[in-house]
Amino acid sequence: MKVIYNIGKYVMMLKYVFSRPEKFRIYRIRIFDEIEIIGLSSIPLVALMSVFMGAVITLQTAANMDSPLLPVETIGYITRQSTILEFSPTIISLILAGKIGSNIASEVGTMRVTEQIDALEIMGVNSLGYLVLPKVVAGLITFPIIVILSMALSILGGLFAAVQTGLCSQNDYVKGLRYYFYESDVAYGLIKPFFFAFIITTIASFYGYYTKGGALDVGRSSTKAVVYSSIGILLTNYFLTQIILT
Amino acid sequence: MIEVKGVNKSFGDHHVLKEISTVFEPGQVNLIIGQSGSGKSVLAKCIVGLHEVDTGEILYDERNFTVMNRHQRKDVRKEIGMLFQGSALFDSLTVEENVMFPLSMFTTMSKEEMRERANFCLERVKLTNRNHLLPAECSGGMQKRIGIARAIAMNPKYLFCDEPNSGLDPKTSIVIDNLIRELTYEFNMTTIVITHDMNSVIEIGDHIIFIYEGNKWWEGTKEDILRTDNQEINDFVYAAQFMKQLKGKLGSH
Repeated sequence: MKVIYNIGKYVMMLKYVFSRPEKFRIYRIRIFDEIEIIGLSSIPLVALMSVFMGAVITLQTAANMDSPLLPVETIGYITRQSTILEFSPTIISLILAGKIGSNIASEVGTMRVTEQIDALEIMGVNSLGYLVLPKVVAGLITFPIIVILSMALSILGGLFAAVQTGLCSQNDYVKGLRYYFYESDVAYGLIKPFFFAFIITTIASFYGYYTKGGALDVGRSSTKAVVYSSIGILLTNYFLTQIILT
Repeated sequence: MIEVKGVNKSFGDHHVLKEISTVFEPGQVNLIIGQSGSGKSVLAKCIVGLHEVDTGEILYDERNFTVMNRHQRKDVRKEIGMLFQGSALFDSLTVEENVMFPLSMFTTMSKEEMRERANFCLERVKLTNRNHLLPAECSGGMQKRIGIARAIAMNPKYLFCDEPNSGLDPKTSIVIDNLIRELTYEFNMTTIVITHDMNSVIEIGDHIIFIYEGNKWWEGTKEDILRTDNQEINDFVYAAQFMKQLKGKLGSH
């Protein structure tokens, strides 16, 4: 019953998030601030994760290729497919759900328990629009860019690992990357982050905005934000994959 | 003028406000006093619309706030300034930006005009040359004064102060009380202060209502409250030893 209540409350929240802003200029400034917080600050973590995950995918693929009939280019091919189809869009989004989701929920939750949200409401500001909309827009702008960056770095990480360990040559790896390459795979990988960005920013804002109590409850909201946005990502990923593949 | 008519508010089975009716006149410092948990903060939150009333009416200069939709309320809220218990300053904004915030949201002022207005408000609360500090770099008393400056930035008709002295030393409390009183008279605002600080009652209470277990138990002036025979009020007012001594002196005259 509580799940249905929360879904209803979440939908009602979205209605206020997307209502007409008081002043576009203020919102524009806020969007740029959020792009920095949500997007730019995530780049080092994403870069590190992507390079090493790409390298590990390459090493694992090579280690598990027992058949001598499989050409060595398969390493590049599998690294590319794993990265573009699932690792960069989904796993990176799950990692960002932890980083950005907890950040948003604790920021908004702290504003709630310190009455800053009440102060906005008393002034006549639509607090949901002012606080959440710039985060959603910033997420929608930055997530696909982050995912593209992750794809590139992961493939480069794989190349580095393959060449360094002598599993295959640079030429074989690149040949594998180009093997059966469909642009639609990249499009498929880039559709997902829009959905995931929306899920993370709105669910985290939801749990932050409706925090009740004190510092301990802000922590709880932060945890809930990460858990539920991760569940949201996994469910959406499943349905999106099914829809896109059929 | 703010009129409260027959307001009831419950949270689940807990009936917090029971048939509260009163009138808050402009140009007066109106105090809502009572023990912790008596319902005074809930009453204030109902008046400003942070809580919806179950039954009853809130009228701002004869405009029925309780039946207004979100957009109509927005217009009324632009006439309200509020000082929160914890000041509720925006952490990421400087002192000046905090005061300029409502101006930047709701006026067409240029940046220079906004800065001028912010400086005027900050000077009015005796806070100069602190414009570029962050709230975290300011003391509790300074934060309260910044909160007041932000509350008066839009030249409000109604000023709400939720426990303005909480967490402050007695000397700073008096400064804040005097500031609230001066601003109320200067701008002819309808000021409502929620407090349980007896110093404030004696310093600035032009009109006082005493809330007891969700009921409006008593209403009067600061002179009346010191002389009333009502047991519940006396238990509240003369809880402190120095107040008991004061009562003794009042009684001997």
